[in-house]
Amino acid sequence: MSTSIKDTQKMIEEVLEAYPEKSKKDRAKHLAANDPTGQCSACQVKSNIKSRPGVMTVRGCAYAGAKGVVWGPVKDQITISHGPIGCGQYSWWSRRNYYNGQTGIDTFGTMHITTDFQEKNIVYGGDKGLDAALHELKGLFPLAKGIGILSECPVGLIGDDIEAVSKKVAKEFEYPIVPVRCEGFRGVSQSLGHHIANDTIKDYVLGKGTLDTSTPYDVALIGDYNIGGDAWASRRILEEMGLRVISQYTGDSTVNEIGIANKAKLNLIHCYRSMNYICRHMEEEYGIPWMEFNFFGPTKTYDSIRKIAARFDEKIQNNAEALIAKYKPLMDRIVEQYRPNLEGKKVMLYVGGLRPRHTIGAYEDLGMEVVASGYEFGHNDDYKRTYPEMKEGAVIMDDATLYELEEFTRRLKPDMVGSGIKEKYSYHKLGVPFRQMHSWDYSGPYHGFDGFPVFARDMDMTVNSPTWDLIRRKK
Amino acid sequence: MRQIAIYGKGGIGKSTTTQNLVAALAEAGRKCMIIGCDPKADSTRLILNRKAQNTVMDMAREKGTVEDLELDDVLLRGFKGIKCAESGGPEPGVGCAGRGVITAINFLEENGAYGDDTEFVFYDVLGDVVCGGFAMPIREGKAKEIYIVTSGEMMAMYAANNISRGVLKYAQSGGVRLGGLICNSRKTDKEFELISELASKLGTQMIHFVPRDNEVQRAELRRKTVIDYAPTHPQADEYRELARKIADNKNFVIPTPITMDELERLLMDYGIMESEEAVA
Repeated sequence: MSTSIKDTQKMIEEVLEAYPEKSKKDRAKHLAANDPTGQCSACQVKSNIKSRPGVMTVRGCAYAGAKGVVWGPVKDQITISHGPIGCGQYSWWSRRNYYNGQTGIDTFGTMHITTDFQEKNIVYGGDKGLDAALHELKGLFPLAKGIGILSECPVGLIGDDIEAVSKKVAKEFEYPIVPVRCEGFRGVSQSLGHHIANDTIKDYVLGKGTLDTSTPYDVALIGDYNIGGDAWASRRILEEMGLRVISQYTGDSTVNEIGIANKAKLNLIHCYRSMNYICRHMEEEYGIPWMEFNFFGPTKTYDSIRKIAARFDEKIQNNAEALIAKYKPLMDRIVEQYRPNLEGKKVMLYVGGLRPRHTIGAYEDLGMEVVASGYEFGHNDDYKRTYPEMKEGAVIMDDATLYELEEFTRRLKPDMVGSGIKEKYSYHKLGVPFRQMHSWDYSGPYHGFDGFPVFARDMDMTVNSPTWDLIRRKK
Repeated sequence: MRQIAIYGKGGIGKSTTTQNLVAALAEAGRKCMIIGCDPKADSTRLILNRKAQNTVMDMAREKGTVEDLELDDVLLRGFKGIKCAESGGPEPGVGCAGRGVITAINFLEENGAYGDDTEFVFYDVLGDVVCGGFAMPIREGKAKEIYIVTSGEMMAMYAANNISRGVLKYAQSGGVRLGGLICNSRKTDKEFELISELASKLGTQMIHFVPRDNEVQRAELRRKTVIDYAPTHPQADEYRELARKIADNKNFVIPTPITMDELERLLMDYGIMESEEAVA
């Protein structure tokens, strides 16, 4: 075993010292020193396990995964938070999934609908209220193309039959009404919510859309939620390659788009964690191949463009090379401009989905090193994809606690930390440069050639802001 | 004020027994109240001589929220001034009846439904303790005494034992105690002996053996208790006796529920169930 792995293991042990015996034993399984070769068995973290009570996990719930991530961005569908007011209120437009359209007329992304359960709905059931809400929505928004019913916890507890209401009203309205059983108490994190939402796409929408013509270059862009315009940047690259994006899952997408992805020739998946399920389903059911790609930072973007092009004919491959040749000078200039400011800076990441591994390349393009990375709700397959992307001895964290994050920050002394809104202000207090990497800290896009200049500027702005010198940096 | 909860298997006669014994208490001049904890809302019919129209939850639904309710809307007076309230709740198969019980009891308590002069409050609770809501009357220091209505039928005894388990849980966390088994006779073999034995196994007493008599049904048809309908009938005296025993009861215990095997052995010992060897 190399010294860098041993050093990191020793540091992890020191951090774990503060825990009581049982917690220490449990948390030790979720923290490891990275071994890019995957040979060292002690370097594999355990994941997708129930959080220990009291550790202040930052995980979300199944409802958050189903509504906030998968179904929420579908723009011409109305999403109902079915249950008491809180879940809907606090998940209202939290991920900045941009879309085109007239909000309240033909699109509903930023609107917030809830059945607002009261005591009487718990006792007498919420099905009649749901039926009434669906009919009100039909009257208010005649151009909606579907309605999603996202269950909050009490709906599952009282056993409301939302499927029966959906079935009845869907027949009447002649569009999909999707009951999503994403009660927050199900599963260990938001991850199960993604899976449940994927299953409802399969059961209620997929294969039901219309696509007039087909071309050999039809692809679907899966697992891009258009945060700060990400999907638009990704789509531009694919279109400039000569591909036709027939469907986006689910950023800036429509119900019809969700229904026609099965007509693509290839499914391109960005966020593997949240949407691999539907890709696997389309592969099994419709024989559609899928591949993962990464549009963060020029190196990974070029690489992904070439890999995608390799799945098509020479025309696309030539387009791909021409595209790279066109954007390379621009990307080189960005690197030239920002790299001197960022060279050698250390980054610590603790995010969700795909970012703990997918953004590493973009940081490396700017000369930065990711010294620690972790997932809120990753599974084994996420970590397997992460180990080779990181240096030997880097810290790998699963479902990290605020204490662990702070301790690793003190010891690794990163120049920047990228994590969520719950971590942001404690890092501000520590005086450590921080970016909220779930919704790009109100910036973006970060994907593709449109995104990299923004990404580079934001990282420079964060790491080198003179503000940090005014804050007494804690020892 | 003594708060008493009556539990037992569905259909065993909890509501009938409760109303008759409360009528007997009221007749003896005691100030009583019955709170029905069952969405069917039939716990006060014999006292009010009609089915309670305005349950707490139904009125709350009608008015919007429970905060909009007035106590007078839901608290009625029946035979000999007995105060009556029904929690109400959903029709079978929807919603959460247990939550209805919690909401209703909280409402009655917060709005002073019990008053200062009430001596006995009886909670007549639906079937088994199916969820937390139906345990509400014995939580948080409400009912401190429980009586379980049972008969010599095996499933009724099984339910009685099961309810004892629930009582045990709340006896340890709160102050609730088992006051005894009320045997509502179904005229099964050796019923008196069997229930006396079950009671002693559970660490309690069979507080009274109520014989089976059709006068109860005749009274019920007229929406009355036997006390009200046929005060001179011997069955009325049985309920008076039960009422007196409950009023005078000092025997409150933490129950000692038995295992299914022990329960079956008990039935075998009394020759109701054949042992496996005997069958073979």
